[in-house]
Amino acid sequence: MSVGISIDRRAVPLLAIDDLSIEFRTRSGIVQALDSVGFALKRGETMALVGESGSGKSVTAYAVMGILDTAARVTQGSILFGGLELLTAAPKVLDEVRGREVAIIFQNPRTALNPIRPIGLQIADILLRHGNVSAAQAPERAIEMLARVRIPDPKRRAAAYPFELSGGMCQRVMIALALACEPALLIADEPTTGLDITTQAVIMDLIAELAAAHNMATLLITHDLALAAEYCDHIAVMHAGQIVEIAPTRQLFDSPRHPYTAKLIAATPGETARLDELAAIPGGLPDLRRIDLPVCRYSARCERQRDDCVVSPLPRLSHGDGSLVVCRHPL
Amino acid sequence: MTPPLLEVAGLRKLYPMAAVKGWRRAPVSWLHAVDGVGLTIGEGETVGLVGESGCGKSTLVRLLSRLIDPSAGTIRFGGADIGAVPARRFGRGRERAQIQMVFQDATDSLNPRFTAFRAIADPLRRLRRLGGAALRARVEEVARLTGLPSELLGRFPHQLSGGQKARVGIARAIAVEPRLLILDEPTSALDVSVQAVILQLLDDLKRRLGLSYLFVSHDLNVVRLLCDRILVMYLGHIVESGPADAVFAAPAHPYTKALLSAVPSIGDRTTRERRIELPGEPRSPIDPDPKVCPLYGRCFRATDSCKTTIPALREVMPGRHVSCHFPIVEETSPVIPHDRRVAVASGR
Repeated sequence: MSVGISIDRRAVPLLAIDDLSIEFRTRSGIVQALDSVGFALKRGETMALVGESGSGKSVTAYAVMGILDTAARVTQGSILFGGLELLTAAPKVLDEVRGREVAIIFQNPRTALNPIRPIGLQIADILLRHGNVSAAQAPERAIEMLARVRIPDPKRRAAAYPFELSGGMCQRVMIALALACEPALLIADEPTTGLDITTQAVIMDLIAELAAAHNMATLLITHDLALAAEYCDHIAVMHAGQIVEIAPTRQLFDSPRHPYTAKLIAATPGETARLDELAAIPGGLPDLRRIDLPVCRYSARCERQRDDCVVSPLPRLSHGDGSLVVCRHPL
Repeated sequence: MTPPLLEVAGLRKLYPMAAVKGWRRAPVSWLHAVDGVGLTIGEGETVGLVGESGCGKSTLVRLLSRLIDPSAGTIRFGGADIGAVPARRFGRGRERAQIQMVFQDATDSLNPRFTAFRAIADPLRRLRRLGGAALRARVEEVARLTGLPSELLGRFPHQLSGGQKARVGIARAIAVEPRLLILDEPTSALDVSVQAVILQLLDDLKRRLGLSYLFVSHDLNVVRLLCDRILVMYLGHIVESGPADAVFAAPAHPYTKALLSAVPSIGDRTTRERRIELPGEPRSPIDPDPKVCPLYGRCFRATDSCKTTIPALREVMPGRHVSCHFPIVEETSPVIPHDRRVAVASGR
């Protein structure tokens, strides 16, 4: 039965990650996946974590969910969720938090759903585990959830297996699963990768609408700057395991301060009129197995790099409005 | 006027859906993957093909690259009717070298046990019968053209970065000097930081080698930047075609309009046009009613006439073809008078 846990849903901020560093032990050395990552998220807020593949977006999300690979080791930092330290919480406590207070939508719903269990029963399972409903009520509530994510003919579809549904429909089921217990925080890890753009728009609208209705905080993980711009109030830009900039969405696009953010925006084909205006970012992510990783992991790719960029620690410039830029020579 | 490089008319690909029930074979129904497509690609032209999953893009690409045989219709390439050559024999023919493909994900499409050199050399050996010093010289030449450092030629795919693998995929395709390059989502597996370089490389190669491109992509922003003309596909039909700039500025088919309105942008949310939602799912491609417009049921402009007559692709504005009874035509744009409107089957 349920363990007594104390999650304060009104805590300010709801989620506070501070100075989080994570490394992975691999056969070819230790990968320093996250380096002093920190950000905060209030109730009802939506924040995007953006960056190239390998920048540590998903690792951050998995750390919050407590579902990191066994090779991972948290070397420092804290993850406070509603006043509870998730990093030191007992497994039984985490079991209660996950699914009920924090939920995650994975990318590629087809592999995240159980292929041999009807979708209605999968939702009923979650409700029975976390949702204070009786075994008799659960199937009915599951159908209600399917209706809420606007699956047509929910009664009949509840008996369907994932392979019988389209990608967009499967993602709706994922959302229904995640939102079944009305969590305080929703983590959406590339929720629309692999979906068509018209489906993407519908799914993102659905997430935004349900989040607003329940005053839920949303952390959207994406590599698509434009998608982040459409749905999030704040954007945190990650590069090689470091957060380089956090800013309110409009401010980030109108006046990016970190050189990497500026490059990323210039490389996104959206507003650009001609192909030759599209910027490329030279170089790649540094090898995170290196022992002598520079303080600023972007410095080798940076046009503004100067001699004093190697001086530790990097200045963390904040303006009080939740914005942050970690750079010695910001724009 | 010189004839276009590729000219396709009335192209269809139907797949039988034979359901065996008990001991008896149920009557065969047909899945219409590509249903009466006409298009042209001129010399040196870049044509973008967009559409959502299941619209028949991939089938069309396979037909045009002659990996599968059409059920009906003609494919004329450089004057020759290549559609009539069976796909099995096409691989050994002269035109194989002239139409080449760049596949979606270089990680999956490169042989993991071939070095970059061997991957690029393979088509040269088979189609050009090159060997020895001539082969090495040609591989190094295309590696240089695609910006692949020659010291990387000895590496296997897993030792290369995503951008480098993309370059190998492009080098392999252009090695045999094709005239038409079919690119199937060539940058979808790449990060934006690398995407720009690859797109600019493709644009540069096209100009230097005088290639024509058929560029298939789901990223409409990329298509807008790279392509001269665009084709929009829905449920096996081409529903709109026209100059990329014009189509993006003012889409005339309701589907194109909905598709473009769904593209997220980094511009200000408050000043954007409202998103148009297409309700429901696409109609079934299995034995579709030949009289009903494929978008009927989801379209916001549909009337009863849309389910009694299927709209033909016709020119509604100079250079703009739309298959819709009620195209969205702006007051200011030059509209072709009604009596001059002719239903045309071609995509041009």
